[in-house]
Amino acid sequence: MTNTPGRPFPSRIAGAFARARAQGRKTLVLYLTGCDPDFDTSRRLLLAAAQAGADVLELGVPWSDPSADGPAIQAAMRRALAAGGGMAKALDLCRTVRAANPEIPVVLFGYANPIFVRGTAKFAAQAKQAGADGVLCVDWPPDEDPELAQTLAQHALDLVPLIAPTSTPERVKAIAAVAGGFLYYVSLTGITGSQLPNLDETSARVRQVRELSGGRLPVAVGFGIATPADARAVAGFADGVVVGSAAVRVIERAVAAGRDPVPALEAFVSDLRAAMG
Amino acid sequence: MSIVPQSHGRFGPYGGRYVSETLMPALEELADAWEHFSFDPTFRAELDRLLREYVGRPTPLTEAARLAEHVAKTQGRRLRVFLKREDLCHTGSHKLNNCVGQILLAQRLGKQRIIAETGAGQHGVATATVAALFGLPCEIYMGAVDVERQSLNVFRMHLLGAKVHPVKDGTATLKDAMNEAMRDWVTNVGTTHYVLGTVAGPHPYPTMVGELQSVIGREARAQIQAATGRLPDACLACVGGGSNAMGLFRGFIDDPGVRLYGVEAAGEGIDTKHHAATLGKGRPGVLHGARSYVLCDDDGQIDEAHSISAGLDYPGVGPEHSYLRDSGRAQYLSATDQEALAACRLLARCEGIIPALESAHAVAGLPRVAEQLSDGASVIINISGRGDKDMGTIAKHFGAEVSS
Ligand SMILES: Cc1ncc(COP(=O)(O)O)c(C=O)c1O
Repeated sequence: MTNTPGRPFPSRIAGAFARARAQGRKTLVLYLTGCDPDFDTSRRLLLAAAQAGADVLELGVPWSDPSADGPAIQAAMRRALAAGGGMAKALDLCRTVRAANPEIPVVLFGYANPIFVRGTAKFAAQAKQAGADGVLCVDWPPDEDPELAQTLAQHALDLVPLIAPTSTPERVKAIAAVAGGFLYYVSLTGITGSQLPNLDETSARVRQVRELSGGRLPVAVGFGIATPADARAVAGFADGVVVGSAAVRVIERAVAAGRDPVPALEAFVSDLRAAMG
Repeated sequence: MSIVPQSHGRFGPYGGRYVSETLMPALEELADAWEHFSFDPTFRAELDRLLREYVGRPTPLTEAARLAEHVAKTQGRRLRVFLKREDLCHTGSHKLNNCVGQILLAQRLGKQRIIAETGAGQHGVATATVAALFGLPCEIYMGAVDVERQSLNVFRMHLLGAKVHPVKDGTATLKDAMNEAMRDWVTNVGTTHYVLGTVAGPHPYPTMVGELQSVIGREARAQIQAATGRLPDACLACVGGGSNAMGLFRGFIDDPGVRLYGVEAAGEGIDTKHHAATLGKGRPGVLHGARSYVLCDDDGQIDEAHSISAGLDYPGVGPEHSYLRDSGRAQYLSATDQEALAACRLLARCEGIIPALESAHAVAGLPRVAEQLSDGASVIINISGRGDKDMGTIAKHFGAEVSS
């Protein structure tokens, strides 16, 4: 069984996209690295982001070797690891966020090794129990090794996949077939936190991804969306907008200045929300 | 038929392609290209010509009679010991065998830029060398710690026209250099070929690099048969990512009578936290694009590896070695920093050959292998590189003792 929209379990992620659509607006997906700068601040940041208008939270699982991430998220992961962060703490964090906010969809966003070492079945059970809704594993292509997709489906968790500018039509189809929640289209060939490319091309690719996937799932666009203006531009053609590195940098700046990062992040998320209409 | 299954780049449960989606199409293209060109007669002829005229192959198989004498004296075991002399390759190590093949492939793929990671700097030098030969711009990622301890190789890369990026992230060693090379590749995948330097990484690298290094084993097989009239009883090689070992093993893997031994770096000892014995002390995981043994904690965070030799200082290992370990076809030993230093001096004084500290680990494994062999047995040790690059490190450890 794959995790399709007709599946027998309700998905908070699908609900969030449907609700935004009904309200005539686009979905804001916010990425934060779990435990950056520490467990409790991270918990407050995630809850504040939801309060300020993020529709979906991506909770980044810190890893020692984030080879798909740029300097901002690398640094966030280093801060998080120094504060005791990792997979175990990310699951704890998810649980506390879920306890405080029963509505907000949470996607655990990370790399394969912490999942693999734990065992996919044990990980999926713990993620579900912690109140997660989906999993995005950067370096585990679902067609390469179906184990993760199958295990997540058994635990009624959405597998949120990445689709890249380099993905061939065949790959887009194969990936979309096992995906749940939404499709994450990577705006550029590069790492997180790079410059946003020419959006005409991105918009054409999003249209193509929708066609290839039969419009079964919403398409969110991420990587390089740094400002409210970027978010507005991308919201013009995508179903959702993912902001990560820019949010992480807001936190980094506040922490470096010795301030509580929560108000700064709240303001940033409200600005994004407002710009997206 | 090889005993190692290789469908879709899998070696039993190991290998595969665990990378971000952006790289998947490039890896498919690379695997297809390798599949095609590795059988293409024109490609093979060009590769063979470069190996002969540029790399300097075949490398000799040198009998090490005084080293064998030392084993006889200290262990009472009469062996014939042969050294496969990859230290005599152009640029000073086996790394060039792989780079020559990959650059030919990159050329066929129309790539205009070359990148690589390096630990000891040998792979960086080899990559910079072929990039110069083919007139391609080249950028090398190297951990900041390694830039320090292998500074001679940094100068060589500069002289060859390559740009060297010191990587300060993480532990600032080989694994972090690989992360940074992957970030570059993800960003420039259309124009750039990533010359991965060992039998690790996503498919097709472990297969491709293993095949390109298998020239070591093919030559050694013919050479030992010419010298002794039969196959060896054991083969011995150091294992960082595992390419020089795989290259030698490939020549004998289907001969069950030939014991295969890999030697990992035990650093300060495998019961301390400072070692790089991935197969000895690690567990199956996912690092740098493949399932294989890794050194990591219960949370899945990769451990810092340690070895005196930068080329073995890596918390991962090629997936084919993980398979050979589990199947028992190969055995994996380890040698400490001190044992490697002693073996380096031993080989220098017995044979007039100063091995790289990586290769010295293989030499250090000889006494344990000798214990498992009987009189009259023959052993091939792969001397994967020469020790010139390590003189700074060695001088620091032996200091006055050597100069006196
Ligand atoms: C001389 C030498 N031997 C061995 C190695 C280890 O690599 P591998 O295990 O891939 O042969 C290196 C790596 O830098 C090296 O320079």
